[in-house]
Amino acid sequence: MAESYVTESEVAHHEALQHHFENMEQQREAAALGMWVFLVTEIMFFGGMFLAYTLYRRVYPQSFAVASNHLNIWLGAVNTIILICSSFTMALAVYCTQVGKRQLQIIFLIVTMVFGAGFLGIKAVEYHEKYVDNLIPGRLIPSRPFNPAVNQEGAPHDEHKLTLIAGAAVKQVELFYWIYFAMTGMHALHMIIGLGIMSFLLYFSIRGHYGPEYHNPVEISGLYWHFVDIVWIFLFPLLYLLGRHMGGHG
Amino acid sequence: MEEFKVPPPSKINYLNADYGLKSWLLTKDHKRIAFLYLGSISVFFLIGGIYAMLIRLELLSPHGQLLSSTTYNKVFTQHGIIMVFFFLLPSIPATLGNFLVPLMIGAKDLAFPRINLLSWYIYILGGAVTVYALLAGGVDTGWTFYVPFSTTFSNSYVVVTGLGIFIAGFSSILTGLNFIVTIHTMRAPGMTWFRLPLFIWSHYAASLIMILGTPVIAITILLVAFERLAHVGIFDPANGGDPVLFQHLFWFYSHPAVYIMVLPGMGVVSELIANFSRKNVFGYSFVAFSSLAIAVFGFLVWGHHLFVATQSVYAGMIFSFLSFAVGIPSAVKVFNWSATLYKGSISYDTPMLYGLGFIGLFTIGGMTGLFLAALAVDVHLSDTYFVIAHFHYIMVGGTLLAYLGGLHYWWPKITGRMYPEGWGRFSALVVFVGFNLTFLPQFVAGYMGMPRRYHYYPPEFQVLNVLSTAGASILGVGLIIPLIYLLWSMRYGPKAPANPWHLPGLEWRTQSPPPTENFETTPIVTWEAYEFAPIEEMEVMGRFSETKAEV
Repeated sequence: MAESYVTESEVAHHEALQHHFENMEQQREAAALGMWVFLVTEIMFFGGMFLAYTLYRRVYPQSFAVASNHLNIWLGAVNTIILICSSFTMALAVYCTQVGKRQLQIIFLIVTMVFGAGFLGIKAVEYHEKYVDNLIPGRLIPSRPFNPAVNQEGAPHDEHKLTLIAGAAVKQVELFYWIYFAMTGMHALHMIIGLGIMSFLLYFSIRGHYGPEYHNPVEISGLYWHFVDIVWIFLFPLLYLLGRHMGGHG
Repeated sequence: MEEFKVPPPSKINYLNADYGLKSWLLTKDHKRIAFLYLGSISVFFLIGGIYAMLIRLELLSPHGQLLSSTTYNKVFTQHGIIMVFFFLLPSIPATLGNFLVPLMIGAKDLAFPRINLLSWYIYILGGAVTVYALLAGGVDTGWTFYVPFSTTFSNSYVVVTGLGIFIAGFSSILTGLNFIVTIHTMRAPGMTWFRLPLFIWSHYAASLIMILGTPVIAITILLVAFERLAHVGIFDPANGGDPVLFQHLFWFYSHPAVYIMVLPGMGVVSELIANFSRKNVFGYSFVAFSSLAIAVFGFLVWGHHLFVATQSVYAGMIFSFLSFAVGIPSAVKVFNWSATLYKGSISYDTPMLYGLGFIGLFTIGGMTGLFLAALAVDVHLSDTYFVIAHFHYIMVGGTLLAYLGGLHYWWPKITGRMYPEGWGRFSALVVFVGFNLTFLPQFVAGYMGMPRRYHYYPPEFQVLNVLSTAGASILGVGLIIPLIYLLWSMRYGPKAPANPWHLPGLEWRTQSPPPTENFETTPIVTWEAYEFAPIEEMEVMGRFSETKAEV
């Protein structure tokens, strides 16, 4: 690897080459490795919350089932599909940059952003549902403390109310919802940052900065985007799907 | 060894290449950023040192007459927070590492110079937020922020302080990321992994911990802050949470963080021992891999902080075993340094005195760590002054001594000036004596049962505490002397040649101070690390003779 820097680079001196790199290949390698290392730190960052989820799911399985089954599984599923599609269009945007199809590159970046915005919109609808049902944990919203209504036995079933099963407790449901909001909130924050990066890429794509010789920014932003998607691929089954057989739906 | 001429000294170097405040605050040069860090961590060291003196003064008498209980709680907390997060963690990596990693591998800069500058600004922002918290009223939870005290009961500035540490953590992550990428992708032609100076290996290992551990403390502190602000709880038992989960998450970072502090110090000491014995490090690859082994094992021992915190006894046994295991790579280093000295041509310059001091003190710190890793003994020693003495032997006796040794060793390269050698040796001895007098009595006090974090103690401990305070005063003097003469030497010290110690490392093959681009042409490395030739032979070959190079 090191030997490749010895000779003058085969790639012509590109204006995007920073002074401290020998050639474009070294710069690309550094950028890609830098992003991978950053994503490792992200995994550890989310890891703390995944640990908390795992621990309390094991300690309070019934409450977690009740809380989980109160989430809107359809909205979650649609969002999963949207994100998978956005990863696909992102990969296409990277490919089009590498082969120099600038029109398509711009189009796919825009489509990716639309998918990303769509995801956040649906997430906002879901959050609002929880707000209406007083399911925002603690006093995150001071005027609306956590205070869900519970379906009573014999009374008509209300889908806005929690349906407790044996062994479940409202306080533990609150714990689930805090983990839910912490994890999906942190994920949504990463999506918003991702949209910011996309706007940046779009601006410079339109100005023709990226092409076959210089595409690291698109490539490593793509890595970031896929990472954020993969986090959701783990969040969806853990938060929405596990424990559906245990009841407490609605 | 390859023929190598020191380039003729040029008037332009990284220090005088540009002038004005703006040229410093917007610099992307790793050497200037190292200087910025050097200045800022020195300020934080001074603040942390003042808190340390307050602690020692308060403990002069059994019923402390200087500070109230609340103030004392804040003082030891703030001492810990400032020293750990704002001095020890960035100390060697952000100053010496920042300066030397590109120089030692023959690169023009770190891989991401702008991110490097950003890391300094993040550090300063985190420091500013923390200092604001200290001035606004301080924090009294201990640097460990144990819940539920920190989330529910403490009436101090937990959230603001936590925010400061959260922010500063990103500076550490970015530094580690930069080092890893730089070491992987920026090595000069011929600089293979096994020709790297051991300083680079240990920084690589420390960087791995920075990127893997720091995000965990970040999310943990964030959760504590939310728990405190919004009464949402995964740690508070009142909400069904588990306070021990916090301790696991906290120590998952904070134990490896000890290795972030000491691994770069070990790298410095490897350089000092090899170069001042003029011998290749005994068992180079063992020392190199022991750094990685410490980084890996270091992540598997956090549970030894929870022996008395409801952790299952079986988990305790495994953590105890692994904590003993981490002693093996540490011992490999100590033995190999000692073996390096054997039949070396040793010179007792100031850096070497610090290096030798490190070996002695780190050995004591490490051995007493084994006491604490033993389950039954730890039950008695947990939360006593024995623990305090143990980790100060690692952090002060280890990291601080290595930092000072490295600072003296590379001072001619960093500033282009020599420090006064006589004063250097004198203060190194004062530091060594003062340090031991401060912390040896604490082992005894802790063994006899004096608990940490209390400022009232039974009168029979007074003798030990007075000894300790006396030692701290000597240590303080020993630290002020270098502060004065190093500052003095920046202006009045004799000009340093490119290679004052006659050494083969790459950083000595460029002028002092180096030019902004580090090397005039990218060096091609054809020699092994620590490949020494007799000084006279080097002179004959014209390799280290300044006068010849000028012709």
